[in-house]
Formats: sequence, C-alpha cells, structure tokens
Amino acid sequence: MTLEIRDLSVRFRDQPPLFPPLTLAIPAGKVGTVMGPSGAGKSTLLDAVGGHLAHGFSASGQVRLNGRSLDGVPPEARRIGLMFQDAVLFPHLSVGDNLAFGLGRHVRGRAARAGAVARALDQAGLAGMEGRDPATLSGGQRARIALMRTLLAEPLALLLDEPFSKLDPALRAEMRSFTYRHIRDRGIPALMVTHEAQDAAAADGPVIRLGEG
Amino acid sequence: MERAASGRGLRAAVLIAVVLGLLAPIAAGLWQTGRAAFGILPAIGATDAGLSPWGHLLGLPGLGSAIRRTLVTGLAASGLSLILAVGFCAAVHARMRGNRAARLLTPFLAAPHAAIAIGLAFVLAPSGWIARMLAAPMGWERPPDVASVNDPWGIALILGLMVKEVPFLLLVILAALTQIPVRLQMTAGRALGYGRGLVWLKIIMPQVWPLIRLPVLVVLAYSLSVVDMALILGPSNPPTLAVLLTRLFAAPDIGLILPASAGGILQLALVGLAFVLVREGEGLAARIGLVWLRRGGRGSSTGPLLQLATAATLALFAAGALAMLSLAVWSLAWRWSWPLPLPESWSLRAWATPSAGWARALANTAALAVCSTVPCLVLAIAWLEGEDRGRMARARWAEGLIYLPLLIPQISFLFGMNVLLLRLGLKPGFWAVVWGQSLFVFPYVMIALSDPWRARDTRLDCTAAALGAGPWRRLLRIKLPLLLAPICTAAAIGVAVSVAQYLPTLFLGAGRIATLTTEAVALSSSSDRRVVGVHGSLQAALPFLAYGLAFLVPALLHRNRRDMRGEAIA
Repeated sequence: MTLEIRDLSVRFRDQPPLFPPLTLAIPAGKVGTVMGPSGAGKSTLLDAVGGHLAHGFSASGQVRLNGRSLDGVPPEARRIGLMFQDAVLFPHLSVGDNLAFGLGRHVRGRAARAGAVARALDQAGLAGMEGRDPATLSGGQRARIALMRTLLAEPLALLLDEPFSKLDPALRAEMRSFTYRHIRDRGIPALMVTHEAQDAAAADGPVIRLGEG
Repeated sequence: MERAASGRGLRAAVLIAVVLGLLAPIAAGLWQTGRAAFGILPAIGATDAGLSPWGHLLGLPGLGSAIRRTLVTGLAASGLSLILAVGFCAAVHARMRGNRAARLLTPFLAAPHAAIAIGLAFVLAPSGWIARMLAAPMGWERPPDVASVNDPWGIALILGLMVKEVPFLLLVILAALTQIPVRLQMTAGRALGYGRGLVWLKIIMPQVWPLIRLPVLVVLAYSLSVVDMALILGPSNPPTLAVLLTRLFAAPDIGLILPASAGGILQLALVGLAFVLVREGEGLAARIGLVWLRRGGRGSSTGPLLQLATAATLALFAAGALAMLSLAVWSLAWRWSWPLPLPESWSLRAWATPSAGWARALANTAALAVCSTVPCLVLAIAWLEGEDRGRMARARWAEGLIYLPLLIPQISFLFGMNVLLLRLGLKPGFWAVVWGQSLFVFPYVMIALSDPWRARDTRLDCTAAALGAGPWRRLLRIKLPLLLAPICTAAAIGVAVSVAQYLPTLFLGAGRIATLTTEAVALSSSSDRRVVGVHGSLQAALPFLAYGLAFLVPALLHRNRRDMRGEAIA
C-alpha cells in the first residue's frame, strides 16, 4: 500500500498556486511529513488529497492510492482518514456513537458492532466509556477517541493536520507514539503536516518543506 | 467537476419549487393587478383597456390625504425605528451578551402585529390603562375626549409599528455586529479621542449598513403597506392607502376592483419611491459622512443623545409588554369600570365559550401554521444542502430572490394572485391560504436558517466524509442533528409569520377561512373587549408556544451533551 502524490499543486480561483508542485511517495506503515510555517498551504494540501477542497479551490497533478487514481473520487469513497489538531468529535453523539459512526458497514449485527466499539475503547485505554458525552473527556482522551474512530472506518491511508499541536508536551509524546504505532500496525501510509520539527523527527518517513526559499 | 455535479438534481428541484411556487405567483399577481389597473379584468366583464380606473381612483375623496398619511406613518415609523435601534445598540452593545439580548427580544418578535395593535389600543385608548393611571392625579371623572387611537396624524400607528420594528432591527443589527470586531475598533477609536457614540456613527455604522440594508427595506415596505395594524391603530377617514384599497377590494360593488387595482400599482410605486429615497440618502450620507470624518472632530459628548435613545427604546418595550399584558387582563375581566386600574371582578366566561368562534379560529390558525411552515422548512434545508453539495456560495441574485416577497407590498399582488388561482380553476380556501402564507414564511425561515447553517463547523462534515459517510448520511446523521436548535428556531419563526398573516388569509381564503388574526382584526372595532382580548391573547400565545418548544426540544434532546448547549435562539 502506498500513497503517491505527483506534481500536486492547488490554486484559489485564478491566483498563483499556493505552493510549487509537490511530489511525494509514502510507503505502507510510514508517516510522510510536510513541514512549513502557517499560511504555506499545508492544510489545503491535505484537503486536496482527501477530496475536501472548499469552493473556489482547484487542484492539479495526481494523487494515487495503491495505484488507483483519486481524480474525481468523492471524499467518502476515498477511504482516507482525517485527523485535525482538535479531535472534532460529533458533539451531539455519545463517545460510543461517535465510534459506531466510524465503524464500517460490513460489521453486522448489534452485538458485533457494540463489541467492535468496546474493543476500540479498550485499545484507547478508555474501556466502558461508551455512554460519555465527548465534551466531558480530557484533551488526550478526545484525541485517542478521534484516532480510534478514524481507524474503525478501516482507512487505506491517513491524513494528519497538526495532530499533536494542541496537546501539552507530556501528552504530545505519548499521543505521537500511540498514533505512529497504530499506523505501523495497520500498515497504512500517513501524510502529516506540522510545523514541529520533533513530530517529523519521530515520524521515520520522507520529509518535505513547503513555503521556504 | 464531478463534485459540482453532485446535488445538481437537488438544486434544480429547489430552483423549480422556488420559482414556480413562490416567484411566479407574485409576478403573475402583479401582472393581473396591472391589467386590472388599466381596465382589463374579464372576470367582471371589463375588457376595455384604458385609464378610467386611474381616473376613478384619483377622483376618490381623501386620496391625497391617504397618500400623505401613508408616507408620513411609513417613513416616520421606519426612520425612527432605525434611529432608536442604532442608538440603543451604541449605548448598550458593550454590556450586552448576544444570546441573552436576542432572547429578550423574542416575545416582541413573536407577537403578531395585530395582537400588539389591539393591546396597544387597550393601553392608549381614552379609557385605556394610561388614561386610568392619570385619572386620579389629573382629576378626570370620565375618559378624556381625545383621539389617542386612530388619531389623524397616525401617531398611534407609528408607535405600534415601532414596537414591532425596533426589536426586529435590533436583532438584525446584533447579528451584523458579530461579523465586525466591534470591541477592538471601539478601543482603537476611543484611544484616538472619540466618544462612544461618535465611534459608533463614524466607524461601526458604515460597516453595519450594507449588512442591514435589505432588512431595513423590508421594514420600510412593510410600514408603508401594512393593513391590519393600520386598521386598528391608524387614522380613519381617510385611512392609509393600503387600508383604503382593502376596503375597495372588499366592497360589494365589484366595479371598484378596477380603481383598487390601480391603487395597488400606486402603492407599489410609493414603496419604490421610498426605496429610491433610501438609495439617494445612502449616497448623500456617505459623502457628508466622509467630509465629517476627515475633519476629525471629536465633538461634544454624544452621551445625552444615546441616553435619550435608550430611554425611548425601553419605553417602547414597556408599551409592548403592557399591550400584551392588557390582552390577557381584558380576556379575564368581568366588571371593570372607569377609572379603576384593574378589573373589579374576574371571569373565565369569555374563554368558556369556545364555540363562540375562537376554537375554530384557533384550529384553523394552527393547521395553517403547520401546513405552511413544514414545506418551507424542508425547502430551505434542501436549498442550503444543495449549496453545500455544489460547493457554491450564494449568488447575490439568489439572496435578492429570497427577500423579494418581503419587498413588494402584499396589496399590490394578492388580488391578482387570486384572479390567477380562479383562472387556473383553483378554489380559494385552505390550501390557497397555505400557499399565500408560504410566500412570506419561506423568506423568513430561509433567512433565519442561513447564517447558523453556514456558521457550523464544516470540519465535522469533512470528518464524516473521511469516515465514509455519503452526502445523505452526512445530512441526516450530522448536519440536521447539529443544527437542531436553529432549525427549531426557524420553524418557530415560520409559525409566528404564518399566524400573523392577515391579507393573504383574507384574500386567498375569500374571507371564509377564519383565523385568530382575521377574527381579532374584525372584532377589534366591536365593543366587547373581552372577546377581542381572548382572540388577541391566543394570537400571541401560539407563536410564544412555538418559540417555547423551539427552546425546549433541543435542550431536552441534547441535555447530556455539553457542547450542544447555549446555542442562540434568535
């Protein structure tokens, strides 16, 4: 499994491209990093890969996942998970229902689905928290739920948008290794944008810099 | 490319529904009214095109005063409302919390015009509450002989309109202010030596104006063409133009329909003229304002003026609250002789006889409210979802399209719409009224829902899509539940608008669909204030109930979800 990005660039309307054409290949189980200051178009790059570009933006170049071109594929059919610096849990759903929303349709039957949710909570060290209101969780707990929710959808690749920058330093290292370990175990490629050198150093994958020089 | 294509069917369906359902009837109604204004109305055997309806109209006694009274009351009510709303905002915005302020305005926004008008008539009348309070100190032994309601200057009507319009404009200005960094600009301005009122006028208002221009025009068009409130509070003999025309349309002599149609076109021209005035005034104010700004004057203190605006606004609120209270008190009063401030004996008798008419009116009103609000809400959601799927921003013409029904005087097209319905073989009645009310319910529902819809956190949509949820699942599982509170609020606004409709109910129901509003207006000139009080109270109670539900339902459903609480109910 690989995520290949070839000559990708994004522009808004007829303005010049946000960044020079970008080429990057991330093998399975690795985390590729794009570094750059804020405003360099890092998040827009992830939007282009995930299919979430807002109105007025257009992308050129190619994105291929496991050899399949993603040109014109709607985001829900790309099977690319997305993680923000905030957990972005659905505030109207319980923790368990947030996970159930992510869990793929092929897990059938109420008991089987509840079991899958319970196992995911267990892996996140949050066993038995199905009924909790996501607003009552700590920042670290929320981040782990968000990752488990993403993984339950069985993505073929992951996009990480400054995923650890809102966590305090102690938690950041822990969450980083938790995330990287799951990516390695699943054997899926991940693309991360960050401005933290440490995130890139720990990532063990290709690194590209945007918006400099 | 493929993305833009998704939802194209949805958008096409919405466009067709809006154009055929809402705009075509207005255009066709205007066309029919225009034809009748020039002598062509085959339904009554008029086929000779000509100017005779205009001659007839211009020959009506009192037309000149009617036009003058229309312009004076309409322009004064809108202008004063805008001044008060701006002054009040300037004085208290820094101390207001958006949500709470909006909630305080809710009763005034929810109460129908007719209910406020009837209550205000109870308060202002020579035998009303104010006169009763003054009776002892002034030594009045009988109600004073002054026309404090239906006065020839239209003061009571102007007051009544202001009670409804100041809260509406306040709400609109508060919403606009959320898009401007008011605190920062106020700090910067005051640090440069300008007083609060001056910063407001020179810096904040020029940014607010483009955001509130359309709602101000809605207020203006409404004030110039209001019928129910003008019937109850406005001058009589001659009344304002819209009331005069309503009487002509309803007159037994069907030949009067032709001059009435000409009057409908005249009414449209008056509103158009007022819009031109606003446009010219806007340009003039901008030029003078810049000269004023460049001179850099810090001026004298604007404090007293702001205090005046605040006091006047609070007095209006008090009058509105008293008006609503008086409806309830009168409905429960039995013996209440002059000059006692409260009834001597109370009774439920007016309420105890629902068969006297209020039960049927209540049932009709509630049914009309539900039947017009639900389709409008669905259409509004479909429109917004279509914009999302096409990843389109709203075009300016579409924004104007939404406001259009609110900018055209009802009297100018409702009769023509009736003609059209008859030609299509549709009978006036319940469903025709539903259609007529929807013309006005839809814009308000759409306006109420648009901002919260766009302000929601779209990362939740992206996250749901990344988890494999398609557009329908995102809509049903994520967007609609997240937007439950604003959707309920929009529904409540739709109900309030529907309940308040007078002219569409009258015209498209051919006078046979009795609602709380038509009954209250018809009864308002009768002597039994208790029965009028019952109708007025119910008329105000229905929208209050809707707003109450709009507040309670999301609070209950989301009681265990901390981040879903505290959403604005506007």
